[in-house]
Amino acid sequence: MYPRAFAYHRAKSYPEAISLLSELGDEAKFLAGGQSLIPLMKLRLSAPRHLVDLNFIPGTSYSRSNGTARFGAMTRHAEIAASAEATRIPILRDCAAGIADPQVRHMGTIGGSIAEADPTGDWAPVLLATGATVKTLGPNGERGIDIADFTLDAYTTALQPAELVIEIEVPLPGERSGGAYIALKRCAPVYASASIAVQLAMHDDHTCQDARVYLGVLGLTATRVTAAEEALHGQEITPRRIQKVRQAVMDIAEPASDMRGSADYKRQAAGALAKLALETAVRRARGERVEMTHLYA
Amino acid sequence: MRVSMRINGKQYTREVEPRMLLVQFLREELNLTGTHIGCDTSYCGACTVLLNGRSVKSCTVFAFQADSGEVRTVEGLAQDGQLHPVQQAFSDCHGFQCGYCTPGFLMSTVQLLEEHPHPTESDIRKGIAGNTCRCTGYQNIFKAIRAAAAAGGGADRGH
Repeated sequence: MYPRAFAYHRAKSYPEAISLLSELGDEAKFLAGGQSLIPLMKLRLSAPRHLVDLNFIPGTSYSRSNGTARFGAMTRHAEIAASAEATRIPILRDCAAGIADPQVRHMGTIGGSIAEADPTGDWAPVLLATGATVKTLGPNGERGIDIADFTLDAYTTALQPAELVIEIEVPLPGERSGGAYIALKRCAPVYASASIAVQLAMHDDHTCQDARVYLGVLGLTATRVTAAEEALHGQEITPRRIQKVRQAVMDIAEPASDMRGSADYKRQAAGALAKLALETAVRRARGERVEMTHLYA
Repeated sequence: MRVSMRINGKQYTREVEPRMLLVQFLREELNLTGTHIGCDTSYCGACTVLLNGRSVKSCTVFAFQADSGEVRTVEGLAQDGQLHPVQQAFSDCHGFQCGYCTPGFLMSTVQLLEEHPHPTESDIRKGIAGNTCRCTGYQNIFKAIRAAAAAGGGADRGH
């Protein structure tokens, strides 16, 4: 399948990419890794007349930490999975190492993923749970946008015309912190049926100081599960507490029945993922090394 | 537009439309038809090639994204008439039936064994999770990958 014909523009810097897109207007799109955009273009669901290619801009792919963890917008998921930062913040590795399949992880970028704002995207719940900031650059200069203010709706972000994501900044979790992200998928290349991100700060081995819980996939944007967070604040994490969190997640989920499963199946799955993610986060906060990533069922 | 890339050790330069995908560039411009188009929607992995040493689905990469890069396809595996250890293992273990998906599985396996020369069962499952085979039920593919690893298929052969 061929996409509609388009004119190609290779940007050599972000400012050049921005001025190109400003000149070309609504008929132009930025191309990052292309793992969402190219299938959409081939299916003619998207048919831009111009593509501004970000792939050849030097210095846009990096993982580094200096007080916070920073990822260049063009950093591929596989590079993030292999980074020292993802070892330090395991919830990032859970996500990066599980997105789609190896081939897609080698091309797809974190910046492209969040700018696309697909409701089934993996990064949003993880970046919300870790309190990330999205750095953008546009015709009016640079901005830092709290990820909670970045994704506005399905496929809709706070990005202005010709503005692009340049960096994602994730605060380094303190001592006795742990997190986990788990998505449930039928197989690697498909969209997830449900996903959950949990990030905890613990007082000690048993008592939770602070928690962030976000449900992915089952809404137009990732959904904060406030009732689950409140159930954890200042509380000892007992099987009963875990059950409360599980129930809170199931209560807030508003899944639709579709080819990925019935609404009831997805609600039950979200609850089960919440339990597993919470247990994994607690073990990690205690210093255990726990391998976790997307599950297939 | 002009794109130029090194494919299986040989430099190719062509004038193409920007919308040409890498898989079409390989098959239609260069007659390298070993790389197959299966689903054409980034699902099945039949079109897997290595771009700068990393497996990608060439139906979901524009040819220009490989410009000035290095591409390795199934045609680049055998050397001097000798099958690559991964190809030999797929042949010995009957790791295919109709063979349509096989070029993609071979390239994903080459990638997997370069990263994990002694892969665990879980490494193998994750390594080929982006490839679909509708014939074999995968059991002989797993056998072939284990056999290729045992035969040192992860040792790079001059690329």
